[in-house]
Amino acid sequence: MDLSRLRNLSIVAHVDHGKSTLADRLLELCGAVDPRDMRAQYLDSMDIERERGITIKLQSVRLDYRDHVLNLIDTPGHVDFGYEVSRSLAACEGVILLVDAAQGIEAQTLANCYLAIENDLEIVACLNKLDLPAADPDRCATEIEQVLGIPAEDILRISAKTGDGVTDLLDAVIDRIPPPTGEASDPLQALIFDSYYDSYRGVVSSVRVMNGVLRTGSRLRFMQAGAVHDADEVGVRNPAHTPVPSLGPGETGYLIAGIKDVREARSGETVTEASRPAGAPLAGYRDPKPMVFCGIFPIDGDQFADLRDALEKLRLNDGSYTYEPETSTALGFGFRCGFLGLLHMEIIRERLEREFNLDLIATAPSVAYLVRRTNGEEVEVDNPSDLPPQVEVEDITEPFLRCTILTPKDYTGTVMDLCQTRRGEMVKLEYLSPERVELIYKIPLAEVVRDFFDQLKSRTQGYASLDYEDAGYERSDLVKVDVLLNGVPADAFSTILHKDKAQEYGRRMAEKLRELIPRQMFDVPIQAAIGGRIISRETVKAKRKDVLAKCYGGDITRKRKLLEKQKEGKKRMKNIGRVEVPQEAFVAALKLDD
Amino acid sequence: MRPFGLYVHVPFCSARCDYCSFATWTDRHHLVDAYLAACRADADRLVAAGLPEVTSVFVGGGTPTLVPGDGLVAVLDRVPRAAGCEVTVECNPDDVTPQLVDTYLSAGVNRLSFGVQSTSAHVLAALGRSHDRANVERCVEIARAAGLRTFNLDVIYGAAGESLDDWCRTLDDVIALDPPHVSAYALTVEGGTPLAADPTRHPDDDDQADKYLAATDRLGRVGLEWYEISNWARPGHECRHNLLYWTMGEYQGLGCAAHSHRDGRRFWNLRTPDRYIEAVTSAASVEAAGEKLPADERDLEALQLELRTLRGVPAEALDAEALAGLVEPAPDDPTRVVLTVRGRLLANEVALRLRSPTVTAG
Repeated sequence: MDLSRLRNLSIVAHVDHGKSTLADRLLELCGAVDPRDMRAQYLDSMDIERERGITIKLQSVRLDYRDHVLNLIDTPGHVDFGYEVSRSLAACEGVILLVDAAQGIEAQTLANCYLAIENDLEIVACLNKLDLPAADPDRCATEIEQVLGIPAEDILRISAKTGDGVTDLLDAVIDRIPPPTGEASDPLQALIFDSYYDSYRGVVSSVRVMNGVLRTGSRLRFMQAGAVHDADEVGVRNPAHTPVPSLGPGETGYLIAGIKDVREARSGETVTEASRPAGAPLAGYRDPKPMVFCGIFPIDGDQFADLRDALEKLRLNDGSYTYEPETSTALGFGFRCGFLGLLHMEIIRERLEREFNLDLIATAPSVAYLVRRTNGEEVEVDNPSDLPPQVEVEDITEPFLRCTILTPKDYTGTVMDLCQTRRGEMVKLEYLSPERVELIYKIPLAEVVRDFFDQLKSRTQGYASLDYEDAGYERSDLVKVDVLLNGVPADAFSTILHKDKAQEYGRRMAEKLRELIPRQMFDVPIQAAIGGRIISRETVKAKRKDVLAKCYGGDITRKRKLLEKQKEGKKRMKNIGRVEVPQEAFVAALKLDD
Repeated sequence: MRPFGLYVHVPFCSARCDYCSFATWTDRHHLVDAYLAACRADADRLVAAGLPEVTSVFVGGGTPTLVPGDGLVAVLDRVPRAAGCEVTVECNPDDVTPQLVDTYLSAGVNRLSFGVQSTSAHVLAALGRSHDRANVERCVEIARAAGLRTFNLDVIYGAAGESLDDWCRTLDDVIALDPPHVSAYALTVEGGTPLAADPTRHPDDDDQADKYLAATDRLGRVGLEWYEISNWARPGHECRHNLLYWTMGEYQGLGCAAHSHRDGRRFWNLRTPDRYIEAVTSAASVEAAGEKLPADERDLEALQLELRTLRGVPAEALDAEALAGLVEPAPDDPTRVVLTVRGRLLANEVALRLRSPTVTAG
């Protein structure tokens, strides 16, 4: 293939800025989909994506336009998947920066653009939603010029919805984004930048050939996984899977190699030929590292085995979460799971429930703390239950994030207030334009995972956006708060917190549980404690009346059914010591916002 | 002779109490004659099909006193009664006259149950009742004057605005009338009623528990002995018909929405008077639905019912140790246990822990 007629690009856009709609228009303009088969958000693959109106990841697709071949490669639109973004960008020579002309550029988009600039990618900036009355393209263009240095007059103006300007955009892509380079005679180096599991075909990977030729039938070595597989099928997506004999340097397509587990074909993996391997893998690979942890338990204890099977199966599809068995006195048997971030956690949980028909309960998200014991030993603790006793703890360090928040200037005060209540430390405050402010804060990850994003959105009526990056570990004054029911710890409510927040957490959790735990046959003290010190106490008074007043001829059947229902309800209760706690109480209490 | 009961349902009221979920209507008075005729025909059919002689009759509602006394009596007359049969009619104090009582008594009615509910004017108003305390006293006088040997006074506790003092006064007023039998019910929120829709008026469990204890104390002190969760009587004045319900006894329901229990099967009639009348006149079945439980579930049901009574349950049906304070050995039968006062208030909790002998054996 003539490399000069090839373009590899991604669309970098914020959620709701119109990426899926633009992709639909590109498919139509390039004649890739028969109009009869066209549907909105054609490339969104998961139900969850369509329902939530967010795109976690589009399928990549090959388009023909003006005698050129365009490979449209997606970047995940969420900060949880920053590493995936970097691998997708590594497969491209340029990006379309798509910005909602009514909103302006958002934090993650900005971060991804910086990443693209670092990777020397050409940026074709365009403002979308020009059809909206609220569109303010001049202001947005000025803003983009100011923060990214892209001249305002080079910024295209389109409406992906109506199709206006999309042809110009395609022309700009071909004119401005450079063609790929690569040497066909070199040993094969192909980058895997996405993989998913298909129940019929096994793992299907998206690949970009950097050097050499990827041939159907060749024996391949997966350099990071250290595994050898045969290339059963190599092809391109246009957008239907179309097998081809080979993919040359600069080309993008898919690879099926009889792999059953996506972890053997992770993003960032380098594929080479077994018979003539490349000297080194491509740079930039790293193992996914979970950032957020929680316990996931089946509401019905009988579903434990089903949950285990589901976690195993789903991991074929998403190799970036971890899980190991966990036993909780409050919640029974379940798994301690690690995720890339909060959204990732929500998605996995939702997919487990939806695709495997499970009823699940998740504990409050936690992070991985580094605990130095008095004997000098250092342990990583991502489950409050595993925290060594206070007397054995020398100090605890916790992960911090460098958070970038872009917000309209009117919300600066409330955003700063939020960051400060979350133990944030301001790094920078800068006006991007007279209307918009960039705030950079260093905030403990543990504070961010506690509904920080929701708070940010609600305080700014949805206008602020957030991006973050790892900012290392720092020592903090942290304690574990336990909640005891009738003297027995309910481990599901144990949490590791900053000392200054422990009292408040303990008080609110005890109060909330007093409301949620039904009265028992005896008084139930609810205590919050740090070590042996009680910091809060409430009592659920003993139940005094639970009887049907009337039981005559017509009531007997009804009474029996009522008792049966009550009995069923009891079966669903979890026992903490002698205290019966309904599952709903755990769910509600775990939703306790701070 | 095995006891066999007859329940007759009268589905008419002049006003609907807002806590009531019974099958009763305020706008179907035009159906009264047809309804009584249907009841007579249905009774004839049942007798022809082999209905046993009845040992107790209970006429409830609705408001049985809302239909003409001779009309009601004519229904009762269709069913052969055994000698000594207990025949109870529920009465609204507003409707009771010497003539009505005479009509009842001369037809064999020998027990009346008066819906007193409360003697506090503001509580009666909150309950949506139109009678007053004087009315109740008058009823009792009429009944006594007519030579009635036994009667019941119904009271309800837990209405909105009723203080513990109000309730104790009601109890004292009731006791002053020297009734042989008292039924005291906790006001219960039934789904679909206006009361259910107004949580501000829902009774409080602790308040009702206090009132139950007050009732237990006051009624017990004057020789009214507790014999079922909500029932107290002087010895020999227990309601035989109601005892049938709690001992898995058999009974036939007559009229719309009436429940029956025969040959191990529970079944109930069409709910509305209209449909009941129509079914009878077209010689169709009046039964709406029924259930026949497997033996083990029936055993358990029997225990659940007996548990509510002074008779209690066999000791092995409960873990008495785990339920200390809620059950105690039956006074005259060491092989059985009965609910303590505290246990009566938590009877559902205790019932949930019952183990049916057939279940544990299997």
